[in-house]
Amino acid sequence: MNKTVNQKAWFFVLPVFLLVAFNALIPLMTVVNFSVQETFGDNVFFWAGVRWFEEVLHSERFHAALVRQLLFTGIILLIEIPLGLAIALSMPRKGPWVSVCLVLMALPLLIPWNVVGAMWNIFALPDIGLLGRSINALGIEYNYTRQIFSAWFTMVLMDVWHWTSLVVLLCYAGLVSIPDAYYQAAKVDGARPWAVFRYIQLPKLKYVLTIAILLRFMDSFMIYTEAVVLTGGGPGNATTFLSIDLQKIALGQFDLGPAGAMSIIYFLIILFLSWLFYTLMMKDEAR
Amino acid sequence: MAKITLQDIRHAYGPDPQREEDWALKKLSLELSDGGAYALLGPSGCGKTTLLNLISGLLAPTEGRILFDSTDVTEATPEQRNIAQVFQFPVIYDTMSVFGNLAFPLRNRGVAEKDVDARVREIAKMLELDHMLAKRASGLTADGKQKISLGRGLVRSDVNVIMFDEPLTVIDPHLKWVLRSKLKELHHRIRRTMIYVTHDQTEALTFAEKVVVMKDGQIVQIGTPIELFERPRHTFVGHFIGSPGMNVLPCVVKGGEVVFAGNPVPAANAGAYKGNGKVLELGVRPEFVSLGSDGIPVDIVKVADAGRYRIVETRHKDHSIKLLVAEGVELPAQKAHVRFDAAHTQIYEDGWMVS
Repeated sequence: MNKTVNQKAWFFVLPVFLLVAFNALIPLMTVVNFSVQETFGDNVFFWAGVRWFEEVLHSERFHAALVRQLLFTGIILLIEIPLGLAIALSMPRKGPWVSVCLVLMALPLLIPWNVVGAMWNIFALPDIGLLGRSINALGIEYNYTRQIFSAWFTMVLMDVWHWTSLVVLLCYAGLVSIPDAYYQAAKVDGARPWAVFRYIQLPKLKYVLTIAILLRFMDSFMIYTEAVVLTGGGPGNATTFLSIDLQKIALGQFDLGPAGAMSIIYFLIILFLSWLFYTLMMKDEAR
Repeated sequence: MAKITLQDIRHAYGPDPQREEDWALKKLSLELSDGGAYALLGPSGCGKTTLLNLISGLLAPTEGRILFDSTDVTEATPEQRNIAQVFQFPVIYDTMSVFGNLAFPLRNRGVAEKDVDARVREIAKMLELDHMLAKRASGLTADGKQKISLGRGLVRSDVNVIMFDEPLTVIDPHLKWVLRSKLKELHHRIRRTMIYVTHDQTEALTFAEKVVVMKDGQIVQIGTPIELFERPRHTFVGHFIGSPGMNVLPCVVKGGEVVFAGNPVPAANAGAYKGNGKVLELGVRPEFVSLGSDGIPVDIVKVADAGRYRIVETRHKDHSIKLLVAEGVELPAQKAHVRFDAAHTQIYEDGWMVS
């Protein structure tokens, strides 16, 4: 049978192209537009070439924010992924407790981000917050508005509390979809619990874990609301992550050119790292 | 290697069985001799997989005892019972090679790596997997994967019994035959007890030396394929085994003679009837019905060609009688007479053969 070759199919792609154009391409182009121009107000713009990109890439301030961002994302991934997996493994598979566990797990995900920030802000206050007062009562000096370590500790704890559930729910869904026959075969083959985890559960959870890591990576790399409400980037600049720094440059100092250039670099970093994660985790499949 | 004895086994999945329907498996006793090839045959939901899982130890019976030789294993795990089981869908360990999969049961039991290697190679050769030992198991076709599942059951030389739970479900028809012959050949070679669960009569009858026919959580008959064919103990066995199934017709017994719709019919077991007045039926397989010049007058309703013979559906009053006629034999146009082979005509009381 001969295939008809014509260009009509493009017509069907048009609606989605328009949609993507309006919600992604056009806003992105305005940022690209800012990133290559200089303005002194009055809506007058001059061509600046790649000057802002060079400036951002050589800026100490950007480097520091990037390092903080990478550190934060690394820490929360190292905690949330194993912890989420462990919780999912210990949750019941059937019975009345399943729904109770699922609802409890889903709760943190339902709370608006700025509320999460506000909750932890008050919860961790050293004088009136339950957490802050308790830690101080134990004899440990803790003040997240003054000490860098305390601020980071609170920030990580908040993110773990807020987002581990997502990893749990994804892993749980993956676990319950493993057919019983696998566990039965493992029993017959005399596999120990560790072998069951290593050779059945972990391989079957591969895709789910890839998704979980990607989602948590992208989300934590763009963390803004909770962090701003909790510490506002302080003390000093200790918790000024990329998004907070970007907001300060764009709307605080109103440096549209550097902010535009930084946005694009920020976007490209996320894109590159997501690609890298995905490629590394799917490497085996290609063989 | 062991003889398997089930004593008064009963099983319910619910916590508090009250009514008769709560029991997935009604009370039964069964003895499987060492080295035999058995099939559990029955329609879906008849309890055959439950029975299999009770033997393997994946389930513990609600009541009764299970013995391997004289050891009580009722509470023992599958591992302690030292059994192997192949499941309906191939179970393979995705991240391991074919070799790793086959070696898994041995390595779990701490067998020395030198012996593992020798044993795995031997089994792989038997199953014709030896040229792909280094390949990743996840890349294999369904029948290759099922061979690995089977291989994992065979690598341990001391298993008491190997069980198959509808193992050919996901296999292509032309490979089913190949794998089935392979199984049969393996059984002859290693003489290990094998239990094969299926709802396919061809699979059961070709594989097993003894077939256990089940229905509604009960064992209806245990016998060799020939026994099941020639002397079905229950009308269900007559229906379920054979294609087409046995003719089951209402009848009465008058003065020691079986009468079907006014026609006297000789039956092998007519003399054993004690006259309990329950529902009486006579059963005769289409293979044992023949056309004749006299006998029961019938109308020919339908003729279906099945290759070497034809299936002829006839009607006497409201009763349908099927018979097989060899190819090349002239068929009367419409009116005919049929006769039943007396040696293979039995009467059944409430479904059970009168004896």
